[in-house]
Amino acid sequence: MEPVISYIGLSALLFTIGGIGLCLRRNAIVLFMCVEMMLNAVNLAFVTFSKLVGNLDGQVAVFFVMVIAAAESAIGLAIILSVFRSVASIETTDSAELKW
Amino acid sequence: MNDSRLALVVLAPLIGAVLTYILGKSSQKISGVIASAAVIVSFLCVGSLWAELPTAGSFGVTLSSWLSFGGISLPLELYFDKLSAVMCLVVTGIGALIHIYSIGYMAEDESRPRFFSYLNLFIAAMLVLVLGKSLPTIFIGWEGVGLCSYLLIGFWYTNPEFASAGRKAFVMNRIGDVGFIVAMAVLYHSCGSLDITVLGKPEILARIPAELGFIAGIALFVAATGKSAQLPLFTWLPDAMAGPTPVSALIHAATMVTAGVYLMARMHGVVELDSAVPAVILWTALATSAIAAIIAMSQNDIKKVLAYSTVSQLGFMFIAVGVGAYGFALFHVVTHAFFKACLFLSAGSVIHGCHHEQDMRRMGGLAKSMPLTCFAYGVSTIAIAGIPPFSGYFSKHGILDAIPLTGNSYLQPWLGVIGLIATGITVLTAFYMFRSFILTFMGEYRGHEHPHEAPMVMTAPVLMLAVLAVVGGAFLSPIFLPYLTGPLPKVAHHAATHPGILGYILGSLPALVGIAAAFWLFLISPAAKEFFRKVFLPVGKLSEGKFFVDEIYEISVLTPLQKVSNVSGRIIDQSFFLGGGEALGKISRALGELTARVTTGQVGTYVLFMFCAAALFVYFFLPVR
Repeated sequence: MEPVISYIGLSALLFTIGGIGLCLRRNAIVLFMCVEMMLNAVNLAFVTFSKLVGNLDGQVAVFFVMVIAAAESAIGLAIILSVFRSVASIETTDSAELKW
Repeated sequence: MNDSRLALVVLAPLIGAVLTYILGKSSQKISGVIASAAVIVSFLCVGSLWAELPTAGSFGVTLSSWLSFGGISLPLELYFDKLSAVMCLVVTGIGALIHIYSIGYMAEDESRPRFFSYLNLFIAAMLVLVLGKSLPTIFIGWEGVGLCSYLLIGFWYTNPEFASAGRKAFVMNRIGDVGFIVAMAVLYHSCGSLDITVLGKPEILARIPAELGFIAGIALFVAATGKSAQLPLFTWLPDAMAGPTPVSALIHAATMVTAGVYLMARMHGVVELDSAVPAVILWTALATSAIAAIIAMSQNDIKKVLAYSTVSQLGFMFIAVGVGAYGFALFHVVTHAFFKACLFLSAGSVIHGCHHEQDMRRMGGLAKSMPLTCFAYGVSTIAIAGIPPFSGYFSKHGILDAIPLTGNSYLQPWLGVIGLIATGITVLTAFYMFRSFILTFMGEYRGHEHPHEAPMVMTAPVLMLAVLAVVGGAFLSPIFLPYLTGPLPKVAHHAATHPGILGYILGSLPALVGIAAAFWLFLISPAAKEFFRKVFLPVGKLSEGKFFVDEIYEISVLTPLQKVSNVSGRIIDQSFFLGGGEALGKISRALGELTARVTTGQVGTYVLFMFCAAALFVYFFLPVR
């Protein structure tokens, strides 16, 4: 039981750090990394539970998450790049035309 | 007996209306043909049903269940008996002739599909009116013909005057419709049914209390005054002449305006509940007929003469209704449909031939250039004047002879006066109709155009109607009234159907006086005309001013209404609705600005919201064991 708690605790910690970073930071690249961190926290939880229950479903889900995260990072980086081209900054506060 | 042909009678022109509009877009020419064919199909169905009527008694068909709620059910049913048969034959028969005529009359118009589509729609609505088995069904047709009348009066809507004539007709008809609705409410309240076959039974009508009986009868008559242009609502009909002439012939002479007479005949049991109602009808009709005849004497527009003549003749039909001679009222509807449709179509040919000239002062001598039209107009004029053996004589003198036979105690002391005025109207009718004939067809041509005879497609229907106007009355006279004794109360039989030679001569005397006067004043002795004009100056002024009915409405209704609406516009609309609306707007705007603060433009806050929402979702919706 003990190792499971520490794995899940690590996962929760990573997820929280990622979430707090997402709320507080302004740099788009850092935000991006925060998202990746949260995804990997979830992956860790998947693997932990998979091992605990004894079937491979959770590990398969991890592969899906990784593939989608790869695709998402490609798109996300492309967006950041084109935002940088038009606003000359990747601070999220600088591209806020659509707020009230 | 149930028969689906009855449905086809109504559906054929309805389908025709749609087809005409759709197919007419690609080919203007075909629209008139389709529309005419649709009406002819309808006519043939009516004819075949009519032929089987003596053995079947009546036909019926249920089109749909329409409304059904809380114990009340209003099926959409058609009912075909002898009375509706007469109306249907007139509507589809004369309707078909006028459709064919229109092909020629409207040949140069750009929007023929619209015209023929409206015309077909009118026929369908009119058939619903005369075939409806319950008052609400009749009301559908009643409103339908009003709508088509409005659309066709304002057919050339680019002329604002024409468009407003259509509007006037529509609004005045609505006043009459209030009467119709009131009558339906009263009848349903006391009899529990609106089915005309039920309302025809005396034991059902006996349930109506005396004070409501008067209201129901008067309300029905108010409805009829609107549709059939009786005092005080007749001013829309002369203005309705703004529409194309075939429309005037079909809607404003032969069919729609006689709907009021049909309603009176159909609901005669209700009309006669209180014998004050027929008395009101008679005096109104007498006044309408006389006033319209006097106005017609001074009109210079050929269509206006015919319009006032129609009002006057409709008044004559209501005189017959007032004295209880419904059979003669309907007989006059039929003969009037023949000769008035013929007169209007001839007038249309004249207008067409004179390049859209309607003023009789710029016509004259057209007998030479338009012999066929002159013949048709001439015989119809004799028919409406009431010379035997032309058709108008029989129906008109039937009415005159029926006046003394009325059993109404309110009217009996006045029979002499009523008879005298009615005979006077006959003299005036002959006078103004021959005045229009002389001004149009005799003497020298006073215009600057080159009048020409109308094409075959127009003259053929006109001549067919002329034949009907000549022989229709004599042919129908012996068989018409016995035919209608089933649905209508037995009219006091009278001896005048076979009055002998002397009777005919005496009977046509009033008309001959009028004709002689017209010839003397307008053809032989212009000096006498000037003399009479001076003598009758006040009457002439009244006549030319159309008895100032429109002006009276202007002062008594329109101006006060405008003032009231100005005031209420300022107080109620401006301050209440407009102010209230603005306040509502301000509130929602303030709310909006409040909530807009959420969109800060900071990704952090959005993410925070998202986390909060996810947390709430998990807390409330995911089962926690």
